Amino acid sequence: MLFGRTGEENLVVRGARVLDPAEGVDAALDVRIDGGTIAQLGTNLETNAHRVLDGGGLVLAPAFVDPHVHLRTPGREDEETIASGTAAAAAGGYCAILAMPNTEPVVDSAAVLRSLAEAAHAEAEVPVGFLAAITRNQSGAELTEMAELAEAGAAGFTDDGQPVVAPGLMRRALQYSAVTGRRLALHCEEPTLSRGGQMHEGAVSAELGFGGYPSVAESLMVERDLALAAYERQPLHLMHLSARDSVEALSRAQVAGVAATGEVTPHHLCLTDEAVRSLDANVKMNPPLRAEEDRKALIAALRDGTIAAVATDHAPHAGHEKEVPFEAAPFGVTGLETAFSALYTHLVEPGLLKLETLLERMSAGPARSYGLEAPRIAVGSPANLVLLDLQASRRVDERDFRSRSANSWLLGQTVKGQVRLTIAAGRVAFEG
Amino acid sequence: MAEIRVMREDLLPPKEPPRRHLISIGDLRREDVERLLGTARNFERSLERELKKLPTLRGKTVVNLFYESSTRTSSSFELAAKRLSADTMSIKSAGSAVDKGESLKDTSLTLGAYDPDVIVIRHPQIGAPQLVARYTGAHIVNAGDGKHQHPTQALLDLYTITEELGRIEGLHVAIVGDVLHSRVARSNIQALALMGARVTLVGPPPLIPRGIEAMGCEVSYEIDAIKAADVVYVLRMQRERMAEGANFVPSLREYTARWGVTPERLRPGQKIMHPGPMNRGVEIDPMVADAADALIEQQVRSGLVVRMAVLYDLLTHGPAGVQAVALHEIGAA
Repeated sequence: MLFGRTGEENLVVRGARVLDPAEGVDAALDVRIDGGTIAQLGTNLETNAHRVLDGGGLVLAPAFVDPHVHLRTPGREDEETIASGTAAAAAGGYCAILAMPNTEPVVDSAAVLRSLAEAAHAEAEVPVGFLAAITRNQSGAELTEMAELAEAGAAGFTDDGQPVVAPGLMRRALQYSAVTGRRLALHCEEPTLSRGGQMHEGAVSAELGFGGYPSVAESLMVERDLALAAYERQPLHLMHLSARDSVEALSRAQVAGVAATGEVTPHHLCLTDEAVRSLDANVKMNPPLRAEEDRKALIAALRDGTIAAVATDHAPHAGHEKEVPFEAAPFGVTGLETAFSALYTHLVEPGLLKLETLLERMSAGPARSYGLEAPRIAVGSPANLVLLDLQASRRVDERDFRSRSANSWLLGQTVKGQVRLTIAAGRVAFEG
Repeated sequence: MAEIRVMREDLLPPKEPPRRHLISIGDLRREDVERLLGTARNFERSLERELKKLPTLRGKTVVNLFYESSTRTSSSFELAAKRLSADTMSIKSAGSAVDKGESLKDTSLTLGAYDPDVIVIRHPQIGAPQLVARYTGAHIVNAGDGKHQHPTQALLDLYTITEELGRIEGLHVAIVGDVLHSRVARSNIQALALMGARVTLVGPPPLIPRGIEAMGCEVSYEIDAIKAADVVYVLRMQRERMAEGANFVPSLREYTARWGVTPERLRPGQKIMHPGPMNRGVEIDPMVADAADALIEQQVRSGLVVRMAVLYDLLTHGPAGVQAVALHEIGAA
């Protein structure tokens, strides 16, 4: 389901704090990689004439998996390409990403999917999985040929960017997804409630005069989709959750035995609707930044595992598209290159989340949500590793992005926690 | 021989302070408002003279950039600038490069090349004034941005109330009607609360934004609530914003029957205000609009001197305080 290059790197990382929460590893160790595979963990390892990296003072963890990226290819290569998006992913510590199908044309046929897979083989810095659309042209009318798409390598199905509005069609998609072995990933938004909405509906939108996008527009659809998933006994992945009520619905469904997973973005974990007072187009996204009570519920859900995955919803936009009044700007912000440092700075440093939990929710959690093999630090596993410098800080500058777009909500801010090295599928994908 | 010293940043003369703008009432302190109203009062006296033109802003350039139709706001800004001897230039979106698809950024850069001192902007989108402020060196005056703010309207309303009732502090003002779509309401709620008035919003629930109480006002869905107020401020029913099928109210007929401001719903001595243009017979009964207690014409007259005061205040360095929110200052919550 992942397409990209693999490598046969020979490398020894010496003396880093090796931290893999899932494997129960947390110790200062040397790690030797032979031919792209983790060959040995221990102290004072033989280098076997490999290149040696000093990991003193750094953390070596399983590299990250981003389940929600917009690569804008095909159609908007001015905003992102497979090469630039995956270079951004590598710089952010990711060893695998999943790309959304809302491109021009939409990824709704095996032909489009195969051409993307081929391009990823040639130019991706880290392996990419492609989700295909649930409905043809994402128009919410007819199902795509899901079985053929799955055979061609679709990592899952989604109409991301918009909801599957008709409940009857949603039910058919759930039923049919059973034969594909892939799960549906849903953008939950009730369009008649969110219509005209520019930001979260609440005291800030009332004051600023923006059309409100109420949290119930999300949670109502979450409830509907969970009810259908329970009825059909099918798994489901809920994308970019933003509201407390959605999290509570997910938690209830999980307790009731529904195989539902969820994801949350760094911006929803770090910001609230108060940020919109700046009128900066780089805090405009769908779903919108919500109230502090929502943010708290999202953090709590990430902590207790109700939400198992951090997803960037990396959504590049051309500069001129965001250099307009807030109301005219498109929804979406970039995130691949800043996710770890944003969350380390805003959640781990203030004590809201443990480093171990963050690492798990950025790596094994998202991999599990889509049935992908989780990156792990164990002998015999392919090397999917990230080397982190938790002490280093930097000012986020648009000139430093590998992404073709710079619509980041962190521009000008100083963040802590830097990626020094990313190894993806046994290949050094980033070194900085 | 003199020693060459390397000057430290903090020893250098202070940089020019950020340019002052009037974008939102939220950017003003109470003393700023009092100063502006005092200046307006002085201008009112000067206008009573035979020669109405003052030389104060001679050589300054004021650009009026209007992306929405407007009669009273654009004409009063233009006249205000002329009374102060500034050169004025008016640009309307129709017939300009905007018609050809030019972005607001590029229009700002183009106008900025002429070094105007003030750009007065009206735009249908929230945040347009901040954007113009980012790309020009001019002082920006917001003459209405979407449903967000219309600060000079609120200032002229404060001026009108003060002239008529002698004070604002302790007064009770009811704002009636379509608050949801009204930038006038938002600026007025903030301005009245800042100056110590009690504000009650009255209207149908779908037209009162959820959470607006946080701005420091009360909400009532019953028209009877206006009886307790000293001033009844009637908002225009914004028919052009009421898209077909939006169902904010079932019909204008039902709106008028339930929330129209009629003589029977008022008590003697209550002052009536309206930002115009009025829909007579919809939100306001013609008898109310034409009654002696209506201050609607005074509001228009106040507009001229208040806008003169705003231009004067921005261009002659009054104390800081009127400042835009810096676009890049987004802190994490």
